[in-house]
Amino acid sequence: MTERFLITGATLPTGEHADILLEGDAIAEIGRITDAAGATVIDADGLIALPGLVDLHTHLREPGFEQSETVLTGTQAAAAGGFTAVFAMANTFPVADTAGVVEQEATLGRTAGYASVQPIGAVTVGLKGEQLAELGAMARSRANVRVFSDDGFCVADPLLMRRALEYVKAFDGVIAQHAQEPRLTEGAQMNEGALSGELGLTGWPAVAEESIIARDVLLAEHVGSRLHVCHVSTAGSVEVIRWAKARGIDVTAEVTPHHLLLTEELVTSYDPRYKVNPPLRRAEDTEALRAGLADGTIDIVATDHAPHPVEAKESEWDAAANGMVGLESALPVVHAAVVETGLLDWADVARVLSSEPARIGRLPGRSEGVAVGAVAELTLYDPSAASVFDVDRLAGRSSNSPYLGRTLPGRVVATFHGGYATVLDGTVRPADEVARLAARRLEAARG
Amino acid sequence: MKHLLGTRGLPRDAAIALLDIAEDMAAVQEREVKKLPTLRGKTVVNLFFEDSTRTRISFEAAAKRLSADVITFSAKGSSVSKGESLKDTAQTLQAMGADGVVIRHQASGAPQTLATSGWIDAGVVNAGDGTHEHPTQALLDAFTIRRRLHGADSRGRDLDGIRVVIVGDVLHSRVARSNVWLLSTLGAEVELVAPPTLVPVELSAWPARATYDLDAALANAPDVVMMLRIQAERMHAAFFPNTREYSRTWGLDDARFHRLPPSTMVMHPGPMNRGLEIAARAADSAQSTVREQVANGVSVRMAALYLLLSGDRGGLS
Repeated sequence: MTERFLITGATLPTGEHADILLEGDAIAEIGRITDAAGATVIDADGLIALPGLVDLHTHLREPGFEQSETVLTGTQAAAAGGFTAVFAMANTFPVADTAGVVEQEATLGRTAGYASVQPIGAVTVGLKGEQLAELGAMARSRANVRVFSDDGFCVADPLLMRRALEYVKAFDGVIAQHAQEPRLTEGAQMNEGALSGELGLTGWPAVAEESIIARDVLLAEHVGSRLHVCHVSTAGSVEVIRWAKARGIDVTAEVTPHHLLLTEELVTSYDPRYKVNPPLRRAEDTEALRAGLADGTIDIVATDHAPHPVEAKESEWDAAANGMVGLESALPVVHAAVVETGLLDWADVARVLSSEPARIGRLPGRSEGVAVGAVAELTLYDPSAASVFDVDRLAGRSSNSPYLGRTLPGRVVATFHGGYATVLDGTVRPADEVARLAARRLEAARG
Repeated sequence: MKHLLGTRGLPRDAAIALLDIAEDMAAVQEREVKKLPTLRGKTVVNLFFEDSTRTRISFEAAAKRLSADVITFSAKGSSVSKGESLKDTAQTLQAMGADGVVIRHQASGAPQTLATSGWIDAGVVNAGDGTHEHPTQALLDAFTIRRRLHGADSRGRDLDGIRVVIVGDVLHSRVARSNVWLLSTLGAEVELVAPPTLVPVELSAWPARATYDLDAALANAPDVVMMLRIQAERMHAAFFPNTREYSRTWGLDDARFHRLPPSTMVMHPGPMNRGLEIAARAADSAQSTVREQVANGVSVRMAALYLLLSGDRGGLS
């Protein structure tokens, strides 16, 4: 038996109110629905129905770093945050630089059933920046890889970057660059500026990001390739990308929720929860990133969800790991940073957190949004209730969230992936139930 | 005062009060019996993650002259070098009943982490953290300047209108930072002179101005010239072409020293690279305060430990 849901009185991204019927793995009907016998009814009065969110930048840590996160726990965190698809970064152990590793990740994701897990392949063998990984083999594998990234490291060698950009054209791939000039950021601990000088922490200058982006957009123009820029963090980067787009260069860019909301002032506490790469920047940068997202210079929001075990953050600043978990808090943070400030409406949110990341990553079945006949990927979000974001809201294995104790708006109430619910009443459903539903869906798909 | 983590934000009256207590401590140092019973029964741990014989023995002497029990914990050869975390080390000290922890650490902010993490109840004194702060060094420098200027009449005095030039590797210097905050709080005018590569890129929020020309700065006849140590590792990281050029441009050599008025104090936090940032003649002159700085260091650290560990710890901070 399949699950059937009647969602009543939801607010669509367009602002209209409608009932939504989910049947099988699809959205069967939208409108005023009176005949839905046997369906589980969900009262969505006051809730916003968004297309299932898609994260182009997630660290699931499996294989290799299962003490931080696994494909199962990471996709549970995703579901809790309203995501129904995640792109899994390649910095696992072993590195996702062969068809075998990416296929394993994809299989683990399908079995867990909380979200589509689309592996990202490494650009270079072992993320070492020396030799191209088997990009074609990963593209042709069952994992169907289209996004390639050495994230965590920059593809710093300009010739290697040029070749990678050129090579992936053969299968409509994209290079997602972690823009960080390595020599300019040796030992870097925080944004370089007045505050780093005062706190005595080695600076990570904005120019180390901006110079790589400038180089890469020119390379992409020269070879006619598609470039994606990960976690843009500075006002200058926004300017460079705006210039490149005006010039017709095929570049897309992402910003993280934390770079939209948090600033370097937090580092004054030396609390390692605020240590992240690229680092938190100045308020001026946050403003420029918000404006860039609003005017389309920055295409999408991606979480850079980076789980770490407790001991990696319970230390002095220098010794602490970079990174924050972000899946569970992404939508409330975007809500606070750009919706409450009037820069984006909910249709924009649906674009920057669902359809656009899916398009950039060439993830099929995500272009229609909340529409009849579309795959039932849906998130119900309650925008009304502001609350203190506490550790109960985290569903992954790690708790290195910078938002704990901070008041954020909104809450994900329900998430539907392929027609079945992964979150109901704000609670992630148990793993065995979801795995069973996923297995049934796979069987149905095979016929 | 619960902790002494830095001079940034240290109120002027609290700084002067500490310096005045250090005057009392200095008076004790001139007596035949140099020891006070004040901290009898208290345990002070010197937790040194970075080698520093000078600062460590200065704190050790200070604690002992206040009759505290002193435990020295050096990271080298201890469990720390086998990968023990700051948290575990702190909890070990807590279990041993440390009342005060004097910490020297290579990571900026480590003393603050220790003081605010809840791992330990002890009062924390920052004995130098990374490139952040070295508050007792700045306090002993201020104490030394005040004594040279006012002698026995130093109590209650500030440094209003005193002109201080700090020369050298400001970028990596915790001594420079702590002095900039403290000396300006006390009313001094601070000028930083350094190669452009060795000052932070953005200084607009600092209560000091930065210039590049040492001769111009010295021509204004400052009251104090403080020379900073050039660390060996800077010489290989393209901060300046070589030591000869550094010394010629930013060193206090004989010629520059002789152009100074005899009233100008020459300071150095030590250890000195003689012939590099400071010539022997300047270092050994009557204008040099280098040895006084060492002696005063004990008095100032006694005052800090006294304020942290005796009686009312809520008083100052």
